[in-house]
Amino acid sequence: MKIAVCVKQVPDATAAKRIDPETKRLDRSGEAALNATDLNAVEEAIRLKEAQGGEVVLVSLGPERALESLRKALAMGADRAVLVADEAAAGSDLVATSRILAAALEREQADLVLFGQASSDGDGAVLWAAVADRLRRPLISQVAALTTDGSTVTGKRQTEHGYDTISAPLPAVVAVSDAINEPRYPSLKGIMGAKSKPQETLSLADLGVDAAEAGEAGSRTTVLALGPPPARGESLKIEDDGSAAQKILDYLVERRLL
Amino acid sequence: MATTTQAPALDPLDYLAIDSLLDDEERAIRDTVRQFVREYVLPEVADWFERGVFPREIFAELAKLGLLGMHLDGYGLPGASAVAYGLTCMELEAGDAGVRSAVSVQGSLAMFPIWKFGSEEQKERWLPPMHAGEIIGCFGLTEPDAGSDPASMRTHARRDGSDWILNGAKMWITNGTIADMAIVWARTDEGRIHGFIVEKDMPGFSAPEIHKKLSLRASVTSELVLQDVRVPEENRLPEVSTLRGPLSCLNEARFGIVFGAVGSGRACFEAALEYAKERIVFGKPIAAYQLTQQKLAEMALELNRGFLVALHLGRMKDAGTLRPEHVSLGKMGNVRGAIEVARTARTILGANGVTLEYPVIRHVNNLESVLTYEGTHEVHTLVVGQALTGQNAFR
Ligand SMILES: Cc1cc2nc3c(=O)[nH]c(=O)nc-3n(C[C@H](O)[C@H](O)[C@H](O)COP(=O)(O)OP(=O)(O)OC[C@H]3O[C@@H](n4cnc5c(N)ncnc54)[C@H](O)[C@@H]3O)c2cc1C
Ligand SMILES: Cc1cc2nc3c(=O)[nH]c(=O)nc-3n(C[C@H](O)[C@H](O)[C@H](O)COP(=O)(O)OP(=O)(O)OC[C@H]3O[C@@H](n4cnc5c(N)ncnc54)[C@H](O)[C@@H]3O)c2cc1C
Repeated sequence: MKIAVCVKQVPDATAAKRIDPETKRLDRSGEAALNATDLNAVEEAIRLKEAQGGEVVLVSLGPERALESLRKALAMGADRAVLVADEAAAGSDLVATSRILAAALEREQADLVLFGQASSDGDGAVLWAAVADRLRRPLISQVAALTTDGSTVTGKRQTEHGYDTISAPLPAVVAVSDAINEPRYPSLKGIMGAKSKPQETLSLADLGVDAAEAGEAGSRTTVLALGPPPARGESLKIEDDGSAAQKILDYLVERRLL
Repeated sequence: MATTTQAPALDPLDYLAIDSLLDDEERAIRDTVRQFVREYVLPEVADWFERGVFPREIFAELAKLGLLGMHLDGYGLPGASAVAYGLTCMELEAGDAGVRSAVSVQGSLAMFPIWKFGSEEQKERWLPPMHAGEIIGCFGLTEPDAGSDPASMRTHARRDGSDWILNGAKMWITNGTIADMAIVWARTDEGRIHGFIVEKDMPGFSAPEIHKKLSLRASVTSELVLQDVRVPEENRLPEVSTLRGPLSCLNEARFGIVFGAVGSGRACFEAALEYAKERIVFGKPIAAYQLTQQKLAEMALELNRGFLVALHLGRMKDAGTLRPEHVSLGKMGNVRGAIEVARTARTILGANGVTLEYPVIRHVNNLESVLTYEGTHEVHTLVVGQALTGQNAFR
């Protein structure tokens, strides 16, 4: 089975995030890492490959330096990486990002496309839906357990009330949650072997995507203004004289939070 | 053409930007081991230390990462560079010197002699399962009455037909009680020094644990007792018959300590820096007082200098130009430096500097063992002295 995993390089979790007021884009110059949930997707793909054979290919849209992060997933056991890196793709919104990724995925023709549920920077948790729609493939999201018999894929989907178990015919798109597995550490041999695994960098032209369809030009949304999040409102300190529980309750009810 | 670019911001945890001297692969290995230490070792190690235990299961985890015998090649071993091995030791010891010791002993003291002096059959039989963490080894050189002067060892090997009969006792042997096999060095009547692979269940062999240790508590230390232990000739390492055998193993392991000590020191420095910024005394953080700043500045100096020395020795080892005398200088300087850093960090933490709630006292105590094993500070001083003067001042 051929599995494509969409992975994104994001600012390291420990780094303070900063938005460049000029470009209105996230400053991506600092320490970077692979998006945490995407590691769950990579782990799941490698487990499927270990159990059933096949190939795991990483697909990513990002700057050249994203290759550093892709190598971590190669070190875990993915077979090769495809990075779409093109100046003209910078500033892509959901519409443009999904268009480019779908084009890269069309080229791969994988049986199963895995996504992480959400990125830690954009935090849209929507890209998989847009990509599945463009590919005209069924989609299961928020998957906490996954099985496949080679012709269908079945996902246990977390909901507020429990689990839905959903099956879809392959080829399909699945977004996994971080509950699905515990990503392995890359092994020393994996790290040492990662450099020599195939790593392709593609331009938009390679994918046949018109530059006008990508980046800011190809985006359907425009960032008009940016502002800091509102300062936290005045906090209320309740000393417990025996009535604290009631006071908290009143506070919540007053604000219609209960 | 010179352009004016703005220098990147200074990182207090990598003051001299030594990171930039590492390549991507070295950084990836370092980051992986660091993550393992953060997730697997740090949450538990204070408890291991307090209880005086080293869980054998860690070997399975270390094996999954591929770290056991990582710098050796062939027989399915990774063949990582000396620098990668050193960085691994640094990260493991930033967790605890006990964990680093376990890896040093397995890779450099138990696997290395087989890899270097063993027969083809021995290599094939032992190296793959030792890399996989299925077989744990230990290294028996030191004896109750022979430490710095291993030539005075008493453990004796007598030929008996196609076998050898071993008698004697080894002391302070890391991993001894949990090991499946021991590399035991023994003297023959002809005065040769042979290395033997002694297997755990060979009759007459036992490895009682040494208790009451107040340093390296998250590490098993043992005696090895050998009473008429019959060892077949095929368990003797064929390619060495002098002290060069055990001494070359120690040189491998001690190379790891040059890096490891910097790891211990760094863990203490990081704890102290964070603490100094938060602890308010006389109305302001202790980090704002000159005395504290001097301590922190001296610590940063020592650690950056130590890392640069270690890295330089690593590059020399990879280039094949490293001599044992170089390693002696590194061990001397870096362990002493780490001890100064750790003790200074301890003062910054005040009373919190003596509890296992913080990592500092653990490292302070561990470093006392690191100062002594793999050649004491004094012995390395004498090695360097001899290299400088040509005069042997050992005896
Ligand atoms: C300040 C700012 C404002 C923005 N405003 C808008 C806006 O108004 N409208 C808009 O549509 N977009 C906007 N974007 C862009 C948007 O956040 C993302 O580019 C795009 O929607 C991707 O979604 P996400 O990162 O939220 O991914 P998610 O949907 O959260 O990601 C889910 C999964 O998709 C995969 N994935 C995500 N990105 C990639 C990638 N590059 N390559 C490969 N796989 C990937 C990963 O598996 C990830 O786990 C803005 C971005 C910024 C920084
Ligand atoms: C926790 C721990 C784990 C260990 N693990 C192992 C192991 O796995 N395998 C193993 O074989 N050994 C191991 N050792 C033993 C260690 O290598 C020895 O303790 C070390 O070599 C010193 O020997 P000694 O203790 O007999 O001290 P001694 O040799 O008796 O030295 C006592 C003091 O005399 C000094 N001294 C010695 N010679 C001179 C001289 N010529 N001039 C001036 N001063 C001198 C020493 O520097 C020291 O300060 C371990 C030790 C410890 C503490």
